[in-house]
Amino acid sequence: MTDEPSGFPYAPAPESTAIVNISSSYGIFIDGAFVEPADAPRFKTINPATEEVLSEVCQAGAPEVAAAVAAARRAHDEVWSAMSGAERGKYVYRLARLLQERARELAVLESMDNGKPIRESRDVDLPLAAAHFFYHAGWADKLDHAGLGRDPRSLGVAAQIIPWNFPLLMLAWKVAPALATGNTVVLKPAETTPLTALAFAELCQQADLPPGVVNIVTGDGRTGQLLAECEGVDKVAFTGSTEVGKQIQRSLAGTRRRLTLELGGKAANIIFDDAPLDEAVEGIVNGIYFNQGHVCCAGSRLLVQESIVEDLLVRLRRRLQTLRVGDPLDKNTDVGAINSAAQLERIVALAESGDAEGAQRWSAPCTLPDRGFWFPPTIFTSVSTAHRIAREEIFGPVLSVLTFRTPDEAVEKANNTPYGLSAGIWTEKGSRILWMASRLRAGVVWANTFNQFDPASPFGGYGESGFGREGGRAGLAAYLQEASS
Amino acid sequence: MEEGNKRRLAVRKTFKLYIGGAFPRSESGRTYQVLDAHGGFIANVAKASRKDARDAVLSARTGHRSWSAATAYNRGQVLYRVAEMMEGRRAQFAAEVARAEGCGTTDAERITDAAIDRWVWYAGWADKLAQVIGTANPVAGPFFNFSVPEPTGVVVLVAPDDSSLLGLVSTIAPAIVSGNACVAIASQTRPIPAVTLAEVLATSDLPAGVVNILTGDPAEMMPSLAAHGDVNALDLAGIGDVELAARLERDAAGTVKRVRRPQPDANWYRTPSLAAMSDLLEIKTVWHPQGI
Repeated sequence: MTDEPSGFPYAPAPESTAIVNISSSYGIFIDGAFVEPADAPRFKTINPATEEVLSEVCQAGAPEVAAAVAAARRAHDEVWSAMSGAERGKYVYRLARLLQERARELAVLESMDNGKPIRESRDVDLPLAAAHFFYHAGWADKLDHAGLGRDPRSLGVAAQIIPWNFPLLMLAWKVAPALATGNTVVLKPAETTPLTALAFAELCQQADLPPGVVNIVTGDGRTGQLLAECEGVDKVAFTGSTEVGKQIQRSLAGTRRRLTLELGGKAANIIFDDAPLDEAVEGIVNGIYFNQGHVCCAGSRLLVQESIVEDLLVRLRRRLQTLRVGDPLDKNTDVGAINSAAQLERIVALAESGDAEGAQRWSAPCTLPDRGFWFPPTIFTSVSTAHRIAREEIFGPVLSVLTFRTPDEAVEKANNTPYGLSAGIWTEKGSRILWMASRLRAGVVWANTFNQFDPASPFGGYGESGFGREGGRAGLAAYLQEASS
Repeated sequence: MEEGNKRRLAVRKTFKLYIGGAFPRSESGRTYQVLDAHGGFIANVAKASRKDARDAVLSARTGHRSWSAATAYNRGQVLYRVAEMMEGRRAQFAAEVARAEGCGTTDAERITDAAIDRWVWYAGWADKLAQVIGTANPVAGPFFNFSVPEPTGVVVLVAPDDSSLLGLVSTIAPAIVSGNACVAIASQTRPIPAVTLAEVLATSDLPAGVVNILTGDPAEMMPSLAAHGDVNALDLAGIGDVELAARLERDAAGTVKRVRRPQPDANWYRTPSLAAMSDLLEIKTVWHPQGI
């Protein structure tokens, strides 16, 4: 085995942006229409791969948030909750179909605003977003079977705050179950990635969704805070950092408003000595370099059985040299741009802490573009469990490698974190998979695979990775209450 | 108590805490007076300190390890055993409830019977939760994908202040049936049935530490427990003070604890909802590969 890169030349294969039509500025989407708030400040959203300005959006303030919540309240009380589940479901099916029809356009837009490779936005984000609407649409008239007794009731207005790593997919995870269960929503996309959410507003118009059922307000964390703390809101659903999740949980204390949190992670990806190593290498790459590592459930801590660590690392380094880092719109690109300057700064700082604490850094040799925000796929070895890079969520393409000798030690090290979102197990032994799976404190356990998602499969964390589930029958409970309660 | 012409002096009980399967006094040496519904003296009861509460969390963590590893069938049998043990002390419980809550014998017996039957109801849930809450998920790929409930870990619960036995049982049983361990703070003003329940639990094959019962002032103990790093969830059933409840919820956010806060007007006679158990559960999803 050699450490040399394969060096296969690729011609550029850029996806055309002609399919996307971006307005120079956007209002906010309230009560079925785009409105231009008179006094709200505006900010720019850029393409992180080029730093080019894509558009300008509003920083929604208290009046805008209040108007959106009021519209959602009216729509809930007068239209949406009174509608039969079957009719509601048909609207949600329409949204699923619209997402499929405009999938290519939305995938390109997502890659432009987010920096993720078109291969991923096209093959993962968009198909899964549509699937989430399709799956939940079918629940709308079957809620008696959701496990909450007969005729469970909607909660009312759901405030939904989503992150920038999977902008449209996270929108789908939030909006689809909320609508299917009879709730109306006010959604706030992340400030660096608002464009696909605003395009989704247009889909709501095309679907003839009753005004006010979906409202979208843009802005940064201040808008999110206004929305989460708005009195007219019955439920808050947040996906993002553990730090902000704690703030939201704190601010809702004593209100009896419902809350679900999907927060950070520091997942262990555990490789046993009997694992099929080449497949495991693919799984490790998919686990941490998928979406530039901007994944809450990323397999950022690699736990390798000691006897195979050298062999595995040789194969892993070799594989990393074949990863193509660069233009997100190039169909050959594996690793795209870091989403923002601020995120790049965090990744750089944490990687430097790894150097300073004595870990060994190795980055895949690759030429990074001159403009935009980039970080090469990186591996740290000689990592101890006390290092910051083994404890803190980096949210970037940085892997920390640790070793173990026995299954018990693997479990102990994997669970040695306040987080508990996901974990990976690589072994040929089915009984060991289930033995490990039952002991890992994590909401999702992948065996001989990683970063798989499906609308039928509940997703969510233990411990400081949050509470509540998204997807599957379990996810419906986040948006329903028992009829008698 | 009389026998023939001789008066016999009753042997009174010392009311202590229940931590790790043992009955210690408070490490602080403190007690407080418990009065009956008419203001008459019943006993000096141990007044648990924050240190006792921390010890109880430590015991609960130990108890959780063995209890969550037990089979669901075994947990169900242990909960049923609690009902059996309570039945044998039915008269004692009824008398204590009558004295604590100031109700008549008939009401006290009805409360006691409901509390015993509640254990039976929950005992049956132990090996059904995974079937009712768990799912096999039809994902679009070559995987057997399933979701199962798991206990969240250590639960600190404040038992309702008014319903000294039925409310207490209805708060402890749903926490432990799934494999959680708990630290229960008994009704501050009516703790006597809780201490007797501890004696029942100690003889019901429940591993030490699965249930720990503290008597004392919830307002004193709860702030540090709400912020405790090794507590996974809170049930604030007995916190009537809305300001205190809000403060505890805020403190709980520091470690993203699950917080359960039943409505204050809870009717403890009613058949409990699944939420009493599911609020203290995690859902774990496993993607197991299929292939040859």
